[in-house]
Amino acid sequence: MPNDLIFPDSPPSAQSTAGYLDMDLLRFTTAGSVDDGKSTLIGRLLYDSKNTFEDQMEAVERSSKQRGDENVNLALLTDGLRAEREQGITIDVAYRYFATPKRKFIIADTPGHIQYTRNMVTGASTANLAIILVDARLGVIEQTCRHAFIADLLRIRHVVLAVNKMDLVDHDQEAFDRIVEEFRRFASRLDNLVDITAIPISALHGDNVVTKSDKMPWYHGPDLLYHLETVYIGSDHNHVDARFPVQWVIRPHSDEYHDYRGYAGRVAGGVFKPGDEIVVQPSGFSSRIRSVDTFEGPAEEAFAPLSVTITLEDEIDISRGDMIVKPNNQPQKSQEIDAMICWFSEKSRLASRGKYILRHTTKEVKAMVQEVRYKVNINTLHKIEDDLEFGLNDIGRISLRTSAPLLYDSYRRNRITGSFILVDTHTNETVAAGMIV
Amino acid sequence: MTGTETGAIDEESANQRPSRTAFFSKPMDTQIHSYQVNHLKQLESEAIFILRETAAQFERPALLFSGGKDSIVMAHLARKAFHPARLPFPLLHVDTGHNFPETLEYRDRFVADLRAQLIVARVQDSIDRGTAREEKGPNASRNAIQTVTLLEAIEENRFDACLGGGRRDEEKARAKERFFSHRDDFGQWDPKNQRPELWNIFNGRKHHGEHFRVFPLSNWTEMDVWQYIKAEDIPLPNLYFSHERDVFKRAGAWLAVTEFVTVGAEETVDHRRVRFRTIGDATCTGAVESTAATLDEIIQEVATARQTERGTRADDKRSETAMEDRKKEGYF
Repeated sequence: MPNDLIFPDSPPSAQSTAGYLDMDLLRFTTAGSVDDGKSTLIGRLLYDSKNTFEDQMEAVERSSKQRGDENVNLALLTDGLRAEREQGITIDVAYRYFATPKRKFIIADTPGHIQYTRNMVTGASTANLAIILVDARLGVIEQTCRHAFIADLLRIRHVVLAVNKMDLVDHDQEAFDRIVEEFRRFASRLDNLVDITAIPISALHGDNVVTKSDKMPWYHGPDLLYHLETVYIGSDHNHVDARFPVQWVIRPHSDEYHDYRGYAGRVAGGVFKPGDEIVVQPSGFSSRIRSVDTFEGPAEEAFAPLSVTITLEDEIDISRGDMIVKPNNQPQKSQEIDAMICWFSEKSRLASRGKYILRHTTKEVKAMVQEVRYKVNINTLHKIEDDLEFGLNDIGRISLRTSAPLLYDSYRRNRITGSFILVDTHTNETVAAGMIV
Repeated sequence: MTGTETGAIDEESANQRPSRTAFFSKPMDTQIHSYQVNHLKQLESEAIFILRETAAQFERPALLFSGGKDSIVMAHLARKAFHPARLPFPLLHVDTGHNFPETLEYRDRFVADLRAQLIVARVQDSIDRGTAREEKGPNASRNAIQTVTLLEAIEENRFDACLGGGRRDEEKARAKERFFSHRDDFGQWDPKNQRPELWNIFNGRKHHGEHFRVFPLSNWTEMDVWQYIKAEDIPLPNLYFSHERDVFKRAGAWLAVTEFVTVGAEETVDHRRVRFRTIGDATCTGAVESTAATLDEIIQEVATARQTERGTRADDKRSETAMEDRKKEGYF
């Protein structure tokens, strides 16, 4: 067992299975710089909630010894690749899973080194919540601002400011308050960061991680796990603007379903019900929903993020990439789009007038870069307008012209219909992530 | 937004778990309108999205079917994804020849029920052709040479995407996997150079000769798989449930006595109540002692387990990076 990690002799008692079938799902990402104790925090969450296994812990202990680490290195729990263990670095986003009787959690654990921005953007794209770690001794540093900026850019609704290593500042309330105040001042310059919960913790000792600490009686908020278990995420999906990108057309050609023609897809927004009037874009044909089908039979409605099959009253020519919407609430339709992008490629730079493949919902088009408007210094939030060359990890705003109209919403309104990726036409690599303004 | 008042209903329905109808009709039957979707439904919806995306983005996909619970769940999800049509791709079974008889029996019944096309690629054929060489010694297993047969089947059938039931929680190298995992024209995986995956946009573009492995269950845990099997009432091979059989201890795991393994002189055969947590090649899939004979008991056991499910797999224990090394070669 680790020396510097104060673990109980045996983990907390087994979870009961009651209620297991009715948990909901929270996806979160963790952001922190190298020594903020991110791995220790994740190890603590996994261990204290009884989500590590004996053989995993044994393997980690073995590897730590082999590497000559003084203590059991919990980072090894999240490092999967040979090169990572050999070099003691994290190369890629690693996904971790744990559950309590209330919720299932998916952690996107993103490494803190050079590819940080690219990895955090990737992890953040599917997250409901971001934990931003700061060292209580150092307070809000440049990296903290960067993490907050990315959380805001990717529109993560909920942010936890975890002020770690409180034991090293004598559990001092003033130190905590000062950091929180500083962070809020920075966050006020960001549009989307509204739900911020600040928690003083010590990941090493487990204070305020899965149980309330008695060392900080001045703190009246929740411990971290309680917050993760209870934060309300029910409204994170858009249930207002009906958007159904068609993914696949189901035509059984069987005797039983001779004329069946179903449009399969995953609802990207709003609610679809039998009888609803709809319009198919980009063709503009209208019809009515005959049924919302599932394997279990017809459903009364479908909403994000459910995968269903929609059939229509009229026979219309619809194929993958089309979008079923409502007549009174239509997405924007244009070949000119403005977007914030993050550049991912180490090998190539964004070429002005360059041509790329653009993937948006279930549609693929060609796109040409019209203009690079500015880059953002993500530590200061300043616009950079004199150096417009995009390299790895650069974030900024560009305009694109596409070979066919896109049906989209602003990213702020809908994460699914407002996001796209750019693909290099020669290497087929994903070179950028885009958020439509 | 009306989603806030669902707490009471969730608790109530939790107590009368689980019935198939309750699971599926939940958002529709409740009086108070709720757009909340439980974790299994979210995982299901994501997996169905990936399965449809695979059918749409590739010309010749195949679903790797081993008869293990993960591939059973994946095939079940595929049936749901394309209902009422049949699966738009065949199932591919890479057969080591070292099967538990129960697995093959189950496979054939399952495939018939699905009305799916089944392609069997035999490791024995690769050995006969001389493209794969059988391991020697008491620990001999065909696990590693399955990769040869799989890659041969991919080439022969010109498959450009193979759906696998791998999950990120299974093993540390798998934790780094993408949903759409790119393989070069030698079938190899380059973990340091993977395409980033954002939102639900998946990039399956490839050059001639390259292919993809696709993992719809990436975000599922062992517990999720068992809960889903229960919620969906999916029949499983009886190997998963507690039964009595002759076993012997090797490398910390109970191996079944079968015609495919040689029990060493220093190894003793025991008759015990066991079940399998994973099902693979009979020569390297260990059993655990267990009295869990029903899904509820298994779920209870999984909840209190102190070992990962692959803790019984001798193939993973060969070295610290056994899985990563095999994956780079083109393993499942």
